[in-house]
Amino acid sequence: MTAASLTAARSFVATPVRPIGSVEGQRAFAFRQAGKRFGDKTVLDGIDLDVPAGQFLAVIGKSGCGKSTLLRLLAGLDRPTSGSLTFGVAEEGHSRTRFMFQEPRLLPWASVVKNVEVGLTGIASGAEARQCALDILGEVGLADRADEWPSVLSGGQKQRVALARALVGHPQILALDEPLGALDALTRIEMQQLLERIWIAQKFTAVLVTHDVAEAVALADRVVVISEGRIALDLDVPVERPRRRGSVELARLEGKILDRLFG
Amino acid sequence: MSFSTRLHNNAIGWLLPALVIAGWEVASRAGVMPANVLPAPSAVAEAFWRLTLSGELIRNIGVSTARALAGFAVGGSIGFALGLANGLSTLSRGLTDTTLQMIRNIPHLALIPLVILWFGIDEEAKLFLVALGVFFPIYVNTLLGIQSVDPQLVEMGRVYGMDRRALFFRVILPGALPAIFVGLRYALGIMWLTLIVAETISASSGLGYMAMQAREFLLIDVVVLSILIYALLGKLADSLARLLERLSLGWHPAFQNG
Ligand SMILES: Nc1ncnc2c1ncn2[C@@H]1O[C@H](COP(=O)(O)OP(=O)(O)O)[C@@H](O)[C@H]1O
Ligand SMILES: [Mg+2]
Repeated sequence: MTAASLTAARSFVATPVRPIGSVEGQRAFAFRQAGKRFGDKTVLDGIDLDVPAGQFLAVIGKSGCGKSTLLRLLAGLDRPTSGSLTFGVAEEGHSRTRFMFQEPRLLPWASVVKNVEVGLTGIASGAEARQCALDILGEVGLADRADEWPSVLSGGQKQRVALARALVGHPQILALDEPLGALDALTRIEMQQLLERIWIAQKFTAVLVTHDVAEAVALADRVVVISEGRIALDLDVPVERPRRRGSVELARLEGKILDRLFG
Repeated sequence: MSFSTRLHNNAIGWLLPALVIAGWEVASRAGVMPANVLPAPSAVAEAFWRLTLSGELIRNIGVSTARALAGFAVGGSIGFALGLANGLSTLSRGLTDTTLQMIRNIPHLALIPLVILWFGIDEEAKLFLVALGVFFPIYVNTLLGIQSVDPQLVEMGRVYGMDRRALFFRVILPGALPAIFVGLRYALGIMWLTLIVAETISASSGLGYMAMQAREFLLIDVVVLSILIYALLGKLADSLARLLERLSLGWHPAFQNG
């Protein structure tokens, strides 16, 4: 494959690398000439981003370039000041967008399972909510910690609880704002594998903001680089899964992104 | 900590008071401590028994406790409500906080002459003073507690679709609770202090009244007994508040393994 085909401009018919059962061909969301200003400071400008359902998108950029702002728009925490954001069709039984923060943001006064149940607010309650929460805790490997206080968990375990909380409502879109940034290197790789495994199983659309280029190419179908409020690079990562970390292919893509960031 | 070591720690706390009382008794019997300055513990115990049999003690404790609780309920609930309102609404805070902070600088006991002029020496006077004294610690700490709730948690609650009610009961109130308990315990101390002063100055029943009557008849054992009972009631209130705190703040690292 040539380098040129990798950087080919994206069109509306982006082909996901992975076949996605029922949601194939549908769109998860699209930004059209979207911009965001705070006062007279333009943070995002003319963002065009069309993301098909089920895609794993990574967003990279230097600190302060507007990555979090983009996610906040996506999660409905803020509104674009220009342009538009549209979503694909809402599916029955799914919450639309879930947000995973850089910090776990668990309620210290609620047990681990109760914290996960927060993700079912307005969806389920009582015994049903507890059962769903316990199931997803099993998936992130914390079923045996369900009734403990968050304060006794390690940083990585807290972030896994936060992941379980984000996923328990079966979101269509999961927005992740540097969720692994504060973890040590080994825990981070473990979490990346967990995230990939659950994404393959649940088929949601993932938007991962990260400052770790290796993480982006290891996990994502597509990497977008933001620079000075604009999309500076939009790159497919057409590498089969499971991917081998440190492979030549991934390293080449990584170099390309770094060139764009610092070139 | 295991149950037995906790018991052990509690027991060790009582060692010093027991030694002081034993020393006091010895000093009184040896005539080092004249009975008209400080009666022997045994004399105080006798007074306790005498007044218990006559029913006078129970009645006065009942009257004082009822006053304390009534004042606490009135002042505490107004303080709590205003603390919540001002913590949750900037409009409400802008409207009332400056005024309240100004009033807070007046020591409430300095109002006694004015309160006697307004209410005479009736129940209202004592209720008013206790309520005023209790109001501020509850108000200030409730407000502080709500303002110190982690805004990141509030944002998380919003993102996960909590409505205002859920946000309040699941995020804001639990987050404010540690500070509210600090206010509660402080208020309980002020409650007894205010009541002692108010009853000593003007009352026709209650523990303070009992002490003042005894002073007139030079019944110093009853005076000492009243003081001790005030201390015990204060300790009891504090212990109850601590118990409540331990039960409701089990998640807090400060209360774990304790
Ligand atoms: N609420 C806000 N008000 C004003 N400026 C903001 C606000 N949120 C973000 N910004 C500014 O927008 C820029 C991008 O922020 P952000 O999206 O958090 O960057 P990052 O890419 O590091 O996540 C920063 O310069 C930041 O100061
Ligand atoms: Mg950011």
